[in-house]
Amino acid sequence: MTREGPEADLLAMWRIRAFEEKLRELHKAGDLLGSVHLCIGQEAGPVGACAALTEQDALFATYRGHGWAIARGVPLRPLFAELLGRATGVNGGRGGSAYFSAADHGFHGENSIVGGGVSHAVGAALAGRHDGSGRIAMTVFGDGAMNQGAVAEAMNFAAAFDLPVLFLCENNRYSELTPIRDMVRNEALTDRATALGIAATRIDGNDPALVRSTVARYADAARDGRGPAFVELITQRLVGHYIGDVQQYRTRAELEEDGRAEPIARATAALAESGVDTEAIERAARDEVDAAAATALADPPADPATAKEHLYA
Amino acid sequence: MPELNYAGAVNAALRRCLEELPETLLYGEDVAKPGGVHGVTRRLWKDFGDRVFDTPISESAILGTAVGAAMMGRRPIVEIMWADFFLVALDQLVNQAANIRYVSQGRLAAPLTVRTQQGNSPAACAQHSQNLEALFTHVPGLRVVVPSTPQNAYDSMVSAVYCDDPVVVFDNRTLYLGEKQQVATGGAPAPIGGSTMRRTGAAATVVTWGAMTHRVLAAADRLAEEGTEVTVLETPWLNPFDHEAVHRSVAATGGRLAVVHEANVTGGFGGEVVVRALEAGVLSGRPLRLGAADTRIPAATALAGALIPDTEQILTELRKFTRA
Repeated sequence: MTREGPEADLLAMWRIRAFEEKLRELHKAGDLLGSVHLCIGQEAGPVGACAALTEQDALFATYRGHGWAIARGVPLRPLFAELLGRATGVNGGRGGSAYFSAADHGFHGENSIVGGGVSHAVGAALAGRHDGSGRIAMTVFGDGAMNQGAVAEAMNFAAAFDLPVLFLCENNRYSELTPIRDMVRNEALTDRATALGIAATRIDGNDPALVRSTVARYADAARDGRGPAFVELITQRLVGHYIGDVQQYRTRAELEEDGRAEPIARATAALAESGVDTEAIERAARDEVDAAAATALADPPADPATAKEHLYA
Repeated sequence: MPELNYAGAVNAALRRCLEELPETLLYGEDVAKPGGVHGVTRRLWKDFGDRVFDTPISESAILGTAVGAAMMGRRPIVEIMWADFFLVALDQLVNQAANIRYVSQGRLAAPLTVRTQQGNSPAACAQHSQNLEALFTHVPGLRVVVPSTPQNAYDSMVSAVYCDDPVVVFDNRTLYLGEKQQVATGGAPAPIGGSTMRRTGAAATVVTWGAMTHRVLAAADRLAEEGTEVTVLETPWLNPFDHEAVHRSVAATGGRLAVVHEANVTGGFGGEVVVRALEAGVLSGRPLRLGAADTRIPAATALAGALIPDTEQILTELRKFTRA
């Protein structure tokens, strides 16, 4: 299989989906505790967008961030271990599902405060201007974060100083449990960016190739000193806000429609038509995920004797 | 040694840090071309180019970008123009900066310094008069310092910037244009922490910090004229706090401890100082906590003056305390 193209994208999306589905299993079995926010249905965004980043670039995500970490190249075993409270986790179990980072892999953190990490990306871009690295920063957040004042401040800060920041808004139509359309008068979220002088576009966020090419174009512009950009990825969450959210606020018809629009179903249909063995791709992803989860489950839990370490320098 | 007032000493410390540490940045509202609303950062932008810049009136973005830049290896020094303005952006210090090193097991860090100023001054309104240091001492992961003199301000600022933890430096604006003092500017950056014995006396230990130090010293001098000598221990660093020095001093002053701060009493850091001394078993008799009344701060000077301890009230309370 080639490293780029629809088959590679499908495999990358399946790795995320299989990871998330495994988490659901682990949660049910009682191995995984706490609030867990799955990104099932939203896999095309991270797979497409992370392809536009280089090693030195910074990425700041949200608590629905497992897929972004995986797409950025964070290995699955320490990721499972992190969520399972194991010593071998990317943060030794201190971050958990909603607030881990893996700086060694260019993943500068989830954030469990809605919109809390957006200004960090702006700061990372500011650092890049001064350290000679030419780094750009990407931050991803949901439609709900657009109603946080801190996000508006961060976007204007980047605009005022022409900082190379890519603002990615994953619009899955639900701000946690409430439709975004009920919480705004103007549903065109890109208008917020253009009002600040930031180049903005709204695209199909279920098409990894389109996400990749769009984000790459803005990344190139940012690297050339043309400042920040805003990309709204229209997508959908096939599952609840968190494991256990029964989604009483959504209709069966809507969920069925989303099931047809979601990226893996679409990519599978397209590849099957051209004779690709998509089941083998899914199987490869699941095998990798199962092995990583089994290893992580066998890893030692975080050591209570270390609980006070690393508070200060 | 240059003769500097408090504002000049902070300016000199910032200049030194910008010179010695190329990874520093200095930014905030009106800090560059205007030189800061109190003139503290005057002229720095001329010498350090785009490392010193003005920002939008966006406290959350100021603090959040500092966190992000610090995570990527910069050492930002940012200003929150009035401490009261922290309150629109606390997420970035409490939820974000304070967590980064701990949660990432030290793989990431947020070595940033936040400069601000606080306290009451004549006719300042209720939203420009608060003393908020105790909010920050309650947050593990943050360092807190409240200086009182030009030398102290200089040393604290250099130590704060060199420190690899997030540090909040609380000035008091009534000190900025105070008397000039010879300031030693060449020394090696001191580690954070510590305290200063400002005077000694056997009757009691009085712990204080920030602008209140000057009122406490004036009151202690007058008390000495009446024949009662107290020890005044200034503790500019509230995190890390020099509990050991307090306990040593209290043990040497008959177990008598008074704490004086400008912040209101309930939940003030003075309570922590007293309880730690109690736990250490060094107290004898009742301690004294003195601070602003637990109320809002009015603009009219006659009203504000009735609520915040001045030299006269401190003297009265210390007199009662030491003779009890």
